[in-house]
Amino acid sequence: MLCRGTILTGLAATAGVLTFRSVKGGNCQLGSSCNNCGKSGSCNLPEALLYNNTVWQLDPAKCIQCGRCADNCVMTPSAVKVTHVYAMCGYCDLCGGYLKPDTKNISTAAEVQLCPTSAIKRKFVEDPFYEYTIDEPLCIGCAKCVKGCGAFGNGSLQLQIRHDRCVNCNECAIARNCPADAFSRVPVSKPYLLQGIEAKKEEKG
Amino acid sequence: MKKSLALAFLVFLSAVQFLNSYGVQRFPKPEFESGYIQPETLLPNPRAEALALMDIAVLIISLSVVSWLVIKKRSRNGVFWMSLFALAYFGFYREGCICAIGSIQNVTLAFFDHSYLISISAIVFFVTPLVYTLFFGRTFCAAVCPFGAMQDLVAFSPQKLGSRLNTVLGIIPYIYLGLAVLYAATGTDFIICRYDPFVGIWRLNASFGMYMFGGLLLVTGIFIARPYCRFLCPYGVLLNWVSRFSRKHITITPSNCIQCRLCENSCPYDAIDMPVTVKNPEDKRTMGRKLIFITFLIPFLMLAGGWTGSRLHEPLASVNAKVKLAKQILNPVTDKNQAETFEIEAFKSAGKQQAQVFAEASEVLHEFYIGGWILGGFIGLVFGGLIVGRMITKHRTDYIPNKGTCFSCVRCVDYCPVKLP
Repeated sequence: MLCRGTILTGLAATAGVLTFRSVKGGNCQLGSSCNNCGKSGSCNLPEALLYNNTVWQLDPAKCIQCGRCADNCVMTPSAVKVTHVYAMCGYCDLCGGYLKPDTKNISTAAEVQLCPTSAIKRKFVEDPFYEYTIDEPLCIGCAKCVKGCGAFGNGSLQLQIRHDRCVNCNECAIARNCPADAFSRVPVSKPYLLQGIEAKKEEKG
Repeated sequence: MKKSLALAFLVFLSAVQFLNSYGVQRFPKPEFESGYIQPETLLPNPRAEALALMDIAVLIISLSVVSWLVIKKRSRNGVFWMSLFALAYFGFYREGCICAIGSIQNVTLAFFDHSYLISISAIVFFVTPLVYTLFFGRTFCAAVCPFGAMQDLVAFSPQKLGSRLNTVLGIIPYIYLGLAVLYAATGTDFIICRYDPFVGIWRLNASFGMYMFGGLLLVTGIFIARPYCRFLCPYGVLLNWVSRFSRKHITITPSNCIQCRLCENSCPYDAIDMPVTVKNPEDKRTMGRKLIFITFLIPFLMLAGGWTGSRLHEPLASVNAKVKLAKQILNPVTDKNQAETFEIEAFKSAGKQQAQVFAEASEVLHEFYIGGWILGGFIGLVFGGLIVGRMITKHRTDYIPNKGTCFSCVRCVDYCPVKLP
């Protein structure tokens, strides 16, 4: 009844069903165009198999900036960091993402900065515009600036998983604790999801 | 008329802007006069696809090499060096992800959730070790799995546990496997990954709890060799059962056992079956009574287990995110000082209907009810099987490795004085 052949057949069937499903039932469809590998037109079986790996993605539209990204990631500091979509930025002097809400005078002093690690750098461009850049190694992904920018500004500061830091855990420890269900697995060809009018142009960078 | 229309249009526009805080620029992008060039948003690429293929290649090559070392060369040294390589590659370089143990959950989830996109690596990492085990025994455990390699290194002074303790502790992996499958099938959690003891050590970066669990296992591993593999590993359950059907399995002696007893204490994992020479033929009456006992015992244990499991479906489901949210909506925080939870805040901002959340939660509860029956029945079957296993005494003349529990580490081979001519 139970013998080597049965087990082998069972294993082969499992592998076959899962492979078929992952190639055909997933995002990639043989013989038709799909968005897995970024190429247009049809693809063949080896290609479909090759490009079926997935990575974690954070949807900024779902994110409620709860701050859990900062301390739930297996990496210290977190692999989730703020990403500045420059094309969305208004270059405001009174920046809701940079300054604390009750600030009396606008300056670069530590006590007026919203960021707990001083990871946002403010630079004068021309009157009355200021450029804000993220010092990535300092950013811990607490989303304080994201909340501020979304509430008072254009929402150009958005949380994203930085894939040079993310180790792509089988189950993302932040996704497990995300209250807004903003994390999902996506094909590796489109790892980032930015919100905004011109975000599409930025994605290619 | 025109004016009021225009006004209405303006109100509509501002409403749209208010709803979409993202995607609409409240402050237009300035036109710079000083020749300022806008920097580009840098988005670093994920790990290259080709490297995933390399993982698969390394897995298959090392499985082949280790199987050859175990079955053909019978070389402990070779297995030792291969286990160091596995620890370096799958452990410290790949940082414990992807692994065969965790892939059980991916495979389960892919079967139950059709929208889940399983990667080819996960399928290969689940199936290949099982296929190799079906032919050569648990060579995957010997020197390809980084978990085993890590614990093998610290097994300095292994103690014998005795068959009774081994059997009782051996139930834990079955329960762990059952729970892991239940939680993966319902899309709740990947508990094998969550309670992974060594991944933090490989990343040199973990929470205190994870370091403590990993450290505790390693310290225990000095005296009780490979505690995770023997008394926790859920993938080991599958390998154990597949290995019992293996075509070739390592033998202690290359030809005939001469009963010298030199290998008796060589196995750190209590996986050598001693000879049972006393023939104790039972009369037909006790045999019949035993048979009747078994045929009633196993269904009874399965039913009892299933009933208990189905009773426990609510506590089991309480960790599910959907169930948690429904509970929080039903019992909102009444304390004035405490702000509403992030889950409620996210629920409100997502604009979902309460009825939908409740419907989803009750569906999850129903899945857990059925899952509880299956899990309980499975655990009952395991208990029944163990009792039956202890009742049957098998006649053996030689010292042989137990095909189920042997990790094919080749330690015992060096103790055998019989050499091939």
